[in-house]
Amino acid sequence: MREIRYLEALSEALREEMRRDSKVIVLGEDVRVSMRGLTKGLLQEFGPDRIYDTPISEAGFTGLATGAAMAGMRPVVEYQINALLFVAFDQLVDQAQKLRYMMGGQGTIPVTYLVPASGARRGLAGQHSDHPYPLLVHMGMKAVMPSTPRDAKGLLKTAIREDDPVVVFAPSALLAMKGPVPEEEYTIPLGRAEVKRPGDDLSIIAVGPLVPEALKAAEQLAQEGISAEVVDPRSLLPLDHETILASVRKTGRVILFDDSNRTCGYAAELAAVIAEEAWESLRAPIRRLTRADVPVPFSPPLESYVLPSRDRLLQEARALLAPSPYLSPTGGEEKR
Amino acid sequence: MALDKTQLIGLYRTMRLIRRFEERVVELVNRDEIPGVTHEYVGQEAVATGVCAALRPDDVITSTHRGHGHILAKGGDPRRMMAELMGKASGYNRGRGGSMHIADLSLGIYGANGIVGAGAPIACGAALAGKLARSDRVAVSFFGDGGMNQGVVHEALNLAAIWRLPVVFVCENNGYAISAPISEMAVVERLADRAAAYGMPGTSVDGMDVLAVHAAAGEAVERARTGAGPTLLECRTYRFVGHFTAEKARGIKYRSDEEIARWRERDPVVTYPAWLRQQGVDPAMVDAEVEALLDEAVAFARQSAFPEAEEALDGMYAVTYPGLPARGW
Repeated sequence: MREIRYLEALSEALREEMRRDSKVIVLGEDVRVSMRGLTKGLLQEFGPDRIYDTPISEAGFTGLATGAAMAGMRPVVEYQINALLFVAFDQLVDQAQKLRYMMGGQGTIPVTYLVPASGARRGLAGQHSDHPYPLLVHMGMKAVMPSTPRDAKGLLKTAIREDDPVVVFAPSALLAMKGPVPEEEYTIPLGRAEVKRPGDDLSIIAVGPLVPEALKAAEQLAQEGISAEVVDPRSLLPLDHETILASVRKTGRVILFDDSNRTCGYAAELAAVIAEEAWESLRAPIRRLTRADVPVPFSPPLESYVLPSRDRLLQEARALLAPSPYLSPTGGEEKR
Repeated sequence: MALDKTQLIGLYRTMRLIRRFEERVVELVNRDEIPGVTHEYVGQEAVATGVCAALRPDDVITSTHRGHGHILAKGGDPRRMMAELMGKASGYNRGRGGSMHIADLSLGIYGANGIVGAGAPIACGAALAGKLARSDRVAVSFFGDGGMNQGVVHEALNLAAIWRLPVVFVCENNGYAISAPISEMAVVERLADRAAAYGMPGTSVDGMDVLAVHAAAGEAVERARTGAGPTLLECRTYRFVGHFTAEKARGIKYRSDEEIARWRERDPVVTYPAWLRQQGVDPAMVDAEVEALLDEAVAFARQSAFPEAEEALDGMYAVTYPGLPARGW
């Protein structure tokens, strides 16, 4: 299968959906020239009625997309950086996300919010490095964060076709990643996690940019005799409880590897689901590896220190699998 | 645009309907038949009436927390409005929204809104969609003098200006953002002057004069409809009552009795029919008709059932998935 970059996969998805449905329009800052290349060429192919450079008015153009969607369009709104979601927050969560419910189910609001630089990307400090998916999910907004080019294309296409607002987080750490992407038409449904690597001893539920890190860690652990399963939720809301719980029930041990803040973060929700639904299968406490609850600092050693890393994941995994007198009455190899 | 006799009476009918609707709402709030609080449009009737009379059924409006007047003037059904206010299943929003959120997309009512100014960009979006559909539909965004200081309203004014969107921004300047006088919240005397900053016409009219509002709105709507772009229309008006129903009971006071009395002398629901009579048009039959309509609305709302409690989880998403939305237990 051909290999393309994550960003190219997103770009293909957008272009294909714009060809497929004339109601798809693109709004955002600098989208005509396209600072990252995601929307490059759309102006030439689709003309100025389909792609709009907006003023620096995040709340304004987010609200405009809501109104356009209520009136039958299918806008894709691009935010240059993750923190712009905060500027637009009322329009996102209080308007776009709530209006259909508050209107008693009238109408649909099919907007896709595309965030092609979420998370930290070395040296951009606290206002350009957030990963605010728990905030949106908390407010009921559908959200996805693909971890491969294939998932990126399939999930963006689904998001654009969905008759509800959906946020697509495209982590900056993954934009240059290359991977196999089918040439033929396909989509990936919301609410389906994927086991990215099967294993028996330990489940690593890894989110977004941490999925490739978890896979590298699992490779290393395999050489040490530890069989780690890596599960990628892909769709943050709706969340595929079944795939995650099946993994935890099989391995009995789980590390949640999540690049959002710790307190009330996404890992906290995953931990709660697992504790409520799979308590009887757990052979060790649920472990969370998240960001520290501070703004991401600028200086490289500081930045690395506060973010969840593969090294810490390896340490946690080894510690979880180490024989523990507290967890096993025999003090040695555990038996079911 | 000269109005014929039926249209002239129609303006009175709408204003009278809004006034009496609101007076009934206050009674029902005080009797606890309507939960929560409501924000009455009493005093401002000429604005919604004059503006909406210049609109077509397929035109879009976005409204405010003080929205009953806009919705009635745009053709909203008083029965379904009253039912919504009482939280009944037959209400416009099936009991999800209440007073501050009434919407009827089929009438182009893109919702009252609990966040000041939030409807302005939404109106711009509806306008853009209309333009792309090659329709000559117009969108009107209502907001108050308070909303005139909200950032997103300025963003919307600019967006409409740069893309020449068919939007009419109607600023209902009733002098107070809750208790804060606009004279202390803005330095410009005429809020319509702010239009110059966005390169669009700004008109200030007497919001107590329904004919003046209608004429100014008609011009702005025509501009929008013919592709000449947006207008900011300031309507200087006054609310005769508190910001919300409970204000009086709480003893909140920020306006003098003299000031209120002075504005009440210009009450459009009194002065306009007086003028009509001078023109030889007697609108008296409207009053009984309005009362009958409201009797029916209140009876309809009272007789309607509350929604089933479990319906609280319905309708959040157009596309649902297992476990969505999550129950809290």
